[in-house]
Amino acid sequence: MMKAFLILEDGHVFTGTSIGAKKEVISEIVFNTSMTGYLEVLTDPSYAGQAVCMTYPLIGNYGICYEDTESLRPWPDGYIVRELSRTPSNFRCEDTIQNFLKRFDIPGIAGIDTRALTRILREKGTMNGMITTDENYDLDAIIPRLKAYTTGKVVEKVTCSEKTVLKGSGKKVALLDLGAKNNIAKSLNQRGCEVTIYPASTTAEEILAANPDGIMLSNGPGDPKECTEVIKEIRKLYESDTPIFAICLGHQLMALATGADTHKMKYGHRGGNHPVKDLETGRVYISSQNHGYVVDTDNLDPKVAVPAFINVNDGTNEGLKYTGKNIFTVQFHPEACPGPQDSGYLFDRFIKMMGGEE
Amino acid sequence: MPKNPEIKKVLMIGSGPIVIGQAAEFDYAGTQACRSLKEEGVEVVLLNSNPATIMTDKDIADKVYIEPLTVEVVEQLILKEKPDSVLPTLGGQAGLNLAMELEERGFLKEHNVRLIGTTSQTIKKAEDRQEFKDTMEKIGEPVAASLVVTTVEDGIAFTNTIGYPVVLRPAYTLGGSGGGIAHNEAELIEILENGLRLSRVGEVLVERCIAGWKEIEYEVMRDSAGNCITVCNMENLDPVGVHTGDSIVVAPSQTLGDKEYQMLRTSALNIITELGITGGCNVQYALNPDSFEYCVIEVNPRVSRSSALASKATGYPIAKVAAKIALGYTLDEIPNAITGKTYASFEPMLDYCVVKIPRLPFDKFISAKRTLTTQMKATGEVMSICNNFEGALMKAIRSLEQHVDSLMSYDFSNLSREEMLEALHIVDDMRIWRIAQAIRIGISQEEIHEITKIDLWFIDKIAILTEMEYALKTRELDEDLLREAKRMEFPDYVIAKLNGKTEETVKEMRKTYGITAAYKMVDTCAAEFAATTPYYYSVYGGENEAERTSDKKKVLVLGSGPIRIGQGIEFDFCSVHCTWAFAKEGYETIIINNNPETVSTDFDIADKLYFEPLTPEDVENIVNIEKPDGAVVQFGGQTAIKLTEALMKMGVPILGTSAENVDAAEDRELFDEILEQCQIPRPKGQTVFTAEEAKKAANELGYPVLVRPSYVLGGQGMQIAINDEDVEQYIGIINRIAQEHPILVDKYLVGKEIEVDAVCDGEDIVIPGIMEHIERAGIHSGDSISVYPAQTISKTAKATIEEYTKRLAKALHVIGMINIQFIVCGEEVYVIEVNPRSSRTVPYISKVTGIPIVPLAAKAIMGYKLKDMGYTPGLQPEAKYFAIKMPVFSFEKIRGADISLGPEMKSTGECLGIAESFNEALYKAFLGAGINLPKHKNMIMTVRDEDKEEAVEIGKRFEALGYRIYATRNTAKTLQEAGVKAIRTNKLEQPSPNLMDLILGHKIDLVIDTPSQGVEHAKDGFLIRRNAIETGVNVLTAMDTAKALVTSLENTDLNRLTLIDIAQI
Repeated sequence: MMKAFLILEDGHVFTGTSIGAKKEVISEIVFNTSMTGYLEVLTDPSYAGQAVCMTYPLIGNYGICYEDTESLRPWPDGYIVRELSRTPSNFRCEDTIQNFLKRFDIPGIAGIDTRALTRILREKGTMNGMITTDENYDLDAIIPRLKAYTTGKVVEKVTCSEKTVLKGSGKKVALLDLGAKNNIAKSLNQRGCEVTIYPASTTAEEILAANPDGIMLSNGPGDPKECTEVIKEIRKLYESDTPIFAICLGHQLMALATGADTHKMKYGHRGGNHPVKDLETGRVYISSQNHGYVVDTDNLDPKVAVPAFINVNDGTNEGLKYTGKNIFTVQFHPEACPGPQDSGYLFDRFIKMMGGEE
Repeated sequence: MPKNPEIKKVLMIGSGPIVIGQAAEFDYAGTQACRSLKEEGVEVVLLNSNPATIMTDKDIADKVYIEPLTVEVVEQLILKEKPDSVLPTLGGQAGLNLAMELEERGFLKEHNVRLIGTTSQTIKKAEDRQEFKDTMEKIGEPVAASLVVTTVEDGIAFTNTIGYPVVLRPAYTLGGSGGGIAHNEAELIEILENGLRLSRVGEVLVERCIAGWKEIEYEVMRDSAGNCITVCNMENLDPVGVHTGDSIVVAPSQTLGDKEYQMLRTSALNIITELGITGGCNVQYALNPDSFEYCVIEVNPRVSRSSALASKATGYPIAKVAAKIALGYTLDEIPNAITGKTYASFEPMLDYCVVKIPRLPFDKFISAKRTLTTQMKATGEVMSICNNFEGALMKAIRSLEQHVDSLMSYDFSNLSREEMLEALHIVDDMRIWRIAQAIRIGISQEEIHEITKIDLWFIDKIAILTEMEYALKTRELDEDLLREAKRMEFPDYVIAKLNGKTEETVKEMRKTYGITAAYKMVDTCAAEFAATTPYYYSVYGGENEAERTSDKKKVLVLGSGPIRIGQGIEFDFCSVHCTWAFAKEGYETIIINNNPETVSTDFDIADKLYFEPLTPEDVENIVNIEKPDGAVVQFGGQTAIKLTEALMKMGVPILGTSAENVDAAEDRELFDEILEQCQIPRPKGQTVFTAEEAKKAANELGYPVLVRPSYVLGGQGMQIAINDEDVEQYIGIINRIAQEHPILVDKYLVGKEIEVDAVCDGEDIVIPGIMEHIERAGIHSGDSISVYPAQTISKTAKATIEEYTKRLAKALHVIGMINIQFIVCGEEVYVIEVNPRSSRTVPYISKVTGIPIVPLAAKAIMGYKLKDMGYTPGLQPEAKYFAIKMPVFSFEKIRGADISLGPEMKSTGECLGIAESFNEALYKAFLGAGINLPKHKNMIMTVRDEDKEEAVEIGKRFEALGYRIYATRNTAKTLQEAGVKAIRTNKLEQPSPNLMDLILGHKIDLVIDTPSQGVEHAKDGFLIRRNAIETGVNVLTAMDTAKALVTSLENTDLNRLTLIDIAQI
C-alpha cells in the first residue's frame, strides 16, 4: 500500500493510502454528505475542478454499476474517502471504484479522518489542496501553489461536443448542456419529451431556430461568473418568451443574465438531505444538492424575479420564479441521482408550462 | 403553546409491563413525548401499568395513573380527568390497541375527546391486514401475495394456490406473537391454529414466503401539512425470515445502491402519505437481492423499537418531534435540538456505521429452542457506533455481556467441513460465530452466502475479522498490526491472548505508539454543521472531539447495558434519576451506556453521553479523557457494580459505598464475619468450587439446599437441590457459563420472603417500606408477587427487620442504597441476601410511598444527611395505599422454555396494582398482568404431593366460584376425598381424551401445575405447561400465586375501580 498525502492550503496534512492514479493533483476540496450514490457523485460533471471528500466512511460497498453513471466519466480531480470496500456486493456490480479511478487516471486518498477534514472545511470554508504520493513534499513550496489555484472555466471542459437528440413524441425540449447530469435529459425523455442536447457554446439563435417548446438549462461546474459568453446567450433566451426551466448552474446563470448577483458560499451544499421550501405552497421537500455558489436575493428586482424556494436550514435562495415569464429555476437537483426524488414533480410542472399535460 | 390551541390536556397511554416485543423503548419514547408536550405547556395525564418506568414519574407527567391498561380503566380515567385529546401512537402496540377500541366503541366521540397524532382510520389502514393490502394495491406498492384468513381451512386452500413455504402473521399482535413460517401442511395447521387464537380479531395473514430477501427498514416522519422525511434506513444482516427485533441490524443500509435506496425511500414516503400518518412511522421491506423487486412487509403507524434505534443511531429525537407534530407543528417549524441550526425537516446524515445486536434470553431458558424466526424472542438489545463495520460489530458483541468478546467466543472448532456446511443452515443467535468458523476452515464466502443468504458484503467483513485474528496469532505485533487491530476494535486482552502477551504489554505498546481511542460526535449531519449536544462514540485513528468542558465537579454514571431478564428497565430508571440528582446539585454528568432503548441514552439526559460498551477498557478510555471526580456504580445494576474494581484501578473514586464494602457484601466469608459481628442470623451455608465439595456441604447442611454462583443478578444459575444428583447436575449447568467466582451452597429455609430497600447516609437510614412476597422463599424475588406494606408478619418481626437493616447498613458503611432480602419464619428473621446497590423494587417503592429514593441516595452520596433533608431516620410510616407488584412473563414467545417458577428469575416485566384495599390492589395487579378470568370456568389442577393439602383449599374455593376442575389421578383423588368434585383426566402418555386434548380444546381458563421439587424429571408437567402457555391459557406454578388469584376472583364485585393519581402521593 502506497502512502498518500492530502495537503490543505492552511497547512493541514492528512496521511493516508493512495487509491486510483498515483499522479499529483491540486484542486478545490469539497465534501459531500450523501450516504449512497458515490458513483453518481463521481460522474456528476459539476465536480469538475474539485476534489471531493465523501463524509460517509464506507464507500464502494456496491461497486460500480455503469448504468448509474451520470456522464461518461468521473469528473473530480481527486477522490477522498475513509475506507473503500474490498469486496463490493450488488447484483448489478460490474467493477470496483479502485479500478474505475485508475482507468480514468484520477488520484485519490483513503484511510484519512474524513470527519476531521470536513470539520476544517466547515470552519474555515472550502479551500484548495493537493493529493500527492510524494513523501518528500515541501510545504513551503506547495502552499503558495495551492493558494494560486483557481477552478477557472470548466464548463467548456465538461459540455458535449455536438448536439444529440433523444427521441420522444411529446414536447420538444432544448437542453443546454453546461455539464448536465444524464438524468435531466432522462427525466424529460421519460415524460415523453423529445430532448435535443446542445453544447454550452451554442448560440441562442440556433436553439430558438429549432423552435423548441421549452428550454432546459442544466447544472454545471465552477463559478457562474466565469460563463460570460453563455450568460449573454441566456439573456437572449430569456427575452424569447420560450418556457425555460433551469437547474443549479443554469439557475445561477439566468439570475446573472437578468441583473441579479451570485456569491460563493463558505462551504456550499453538497448532499442529499437539504430541506427546501416551496414558497407558493409552503411544502418542504428534501432535495439533492451540489453547489458552492448561490444567487443573492437581497437586491433581487421583483419586477424580474421573486424567490420561489428557500433552504429551510440557512434561508439561502433555492429557486426563482421570473415575473411575467414562463421561467422558473431551482438551485437544487430535481433529477436527483444521487439523492431524494421528492422534487421530480418540477419536471411535470415544466411540461405543463410548455402547454403539455402534467 | 401548542400550535393547535384547542389542545390543553392530553392523555398519554403507555405500553404496560415489559414483555418481549414491547420493552423499554416505549418508556424512552413516552418519556420524551411527555417532556415535549410539557415544554409546550400542555397538561399531561399519563396512564401506564408499569411502575418501573420513568414516564410514570411525577416529574414527567402532571397526573400519573399506574393502573391496568383496560378499556374500562381508560374510560373511567377520561371521565375523571377530562382530557381533550388522547395521544395513542407513543405507547407501543398496547396503547394503540386501547385507543382503537375506545374509538370503535364511540366513547371518544361521545365525550368529545380527539385522537391526536394519527387518526383511527389511518391506524386501521395500517394495522388491518386486508385494508393495508388494499391501500398498498391502490398506490401500486407491492406486497407479497397474501390472504387474510379466519379459519384453518381457508389458510390451507389459499396456501395450495401460492405454494409452500408461507409466512403466517396474526393481526394485532406484538412482536409477531403466534406467527411463523410453515413449510408443509402440518406446520401450517399448527401455527395457524395458534395464531388465530392469539389475534385480537381472530385473523391471520397467510403470505408468500420471501425468506432470504434483504430486509430493509425506513423510519419516516410526516406532519399535518404533508411534509415528509426519512430519519434513517436500516439493513438487517439477517435476511427476511428472522424478526427484525432478533436480527443484527446496521444503519444506514450498506449494500444498497442509490437507486435501490431512493426507490424504497420514495415508496416509504408514498405509503406514509397515502396512510395520512402524522408523526412517526416505520416501513419494513423485503428487497430481492437479484433485482429491483421489493415487497412491503409491514407498516407500524407509531413509534416503535426501530424508531428508538433510529433515534439513537442518528441523534434525531423521533418521539419528541412526533409529539410536536401531534400538537400541530410542521417539520420546518421544529428546531433540531442537536445542532440548533437545522430543523426537523432535515434528513440526518451519518458519517459512521451503527450495529445493533439483540440480547436473547437463552442463558435463562436453557431448554428453549435457540432458533430465530418471525416470532421475536429478544428481551433487549445493544447498539454500537464506529466508523467501520468491523469495529461496530466488535463493540456490539462485547456490549452484550454474554461472555462474548469476539467472533471466537463460541467454539465450533469440533465441526468438520461437512458438519459445518450442515450447521450453517441453523438460524440462531450464534450464526455469525458459526460463519466465522466456517471461514476459518476454508468454506468459501459464496458457499456461506448460498446457504445463509446473508449478503457477501457482511460475510466478507466477518472474514476480515477472522483474518485479523489469524494475523494476531501468527505475526509479530508491530505498530501497524496493532493499529489495524484497534481500528477494528479488538479489545487489548483479546489481542494479548492471541499474540501471547499480557494485556498490560498491549496497553503499554499502545501508549508507546500513541494508539488511543478518539471520540467523535453523533451530530445528525455528518459534521456539516457544528453541533451542541455532546453525544459521543469512539474510534481508533482520528481527531478527538470530546473535550473537558467545564470546571464543575464531574460525575460518571454507569448505565446498565442491555435489558435482560433479571436486569431490566428499573436500573435505567435509577441511573437517570441519579444523573438528574447530581445535575441538580451542580455536577457535570457523564453517562456511559450502550442500550438504544433507554431514557438514559437520550441526548439530553446527561451533560455528556458516551455510547460505548461497558467493559473496563472502554470505560478507561473515557476516563482518560474526562478524568471524572468520581463514579457512581450503585444504580446501574450488576453491570455497573462489576466495573467497581476496574474503576478503582484507574484511580476513579467510587462515590458512595466503597468498593471494599461492595465486596464484603458479595464475598461469603467477609459477609459471614459481618453478620456475626452484627449478630444477625442467616441460613447456614458454605462456599465451594467443585461438585464434590458441593455435595459434601449439602449433606452437612441437610437437603434441601440452594446452590448458586456468587456475583450474579436475577438468580442466574440458582437452583434448589433436594439430593446429590441435583447438585451434580446444577454444578454442571453453572460451569457451562464461565465462572471465575465460587459457588454458594445454602440451607434452604421455608418462610416468608421479605425485601427492603434503604438509603443510608453513613449515620442514619431511611427505610421507605417493607415489602412481602406472596410466594414463599424459593421463588426468585423478581418473579414473586410483592406486597407493600407487608401483611402477614408481626410487628416484632418488622422491628427486627428495621434493626437488622440499620446494623447491616452501618457495618457495611453504606452510603447510598442498600437492598436486603430476609426470610421470616415466625418471629425469626434471617438475612438471605444483601446488595449494596439499587434494586429492582426501587422505582415501585418510590412511587407508592412518594419517597424519592434515588435522589435521596444520590444526595447522601454527595454528602448530605438524611436528617437535613427532612427525613426522620428509620422505617417510614406506612402509606395509606396497598401496592402490589405483579411479575409479567413472556413465556409464549420462547418456544421450549420451562415456565415453572423457581430461584432463577424468568419474568420480563411487572405491573402495579394500587388501591386503598388489599383486595382491590390484588385485583388490579392481576388485571394489569393480563390474567383476565373467567371465560369458560374450566381449570386443570395437577400438583406435587407436598402441595396436595393446599390444593384442597384452593380447589374448594375455585369450585365455590363455579369452576369445573379437571385433575390428574393423584390430585383428583385428593380433591375428591376432600369433597371437591374434581374430574379425573388422563395424563399425557395415557390415551385420549387426556390433559392435552383439554388444553388444545380451548376451553380451559387456568392450569395450576406445581412441578416436583428439584430437577424436572417428569416431562409431562413441562409439556402441559408449555402447551397451555402456547395456547394462551394462564398457568400458575406456585400454590401461593394460586391462592392470591382465587382471593382476587372472590372479590370481583369491584366493578368500579378507584383510580389513584400517583403524583399526589
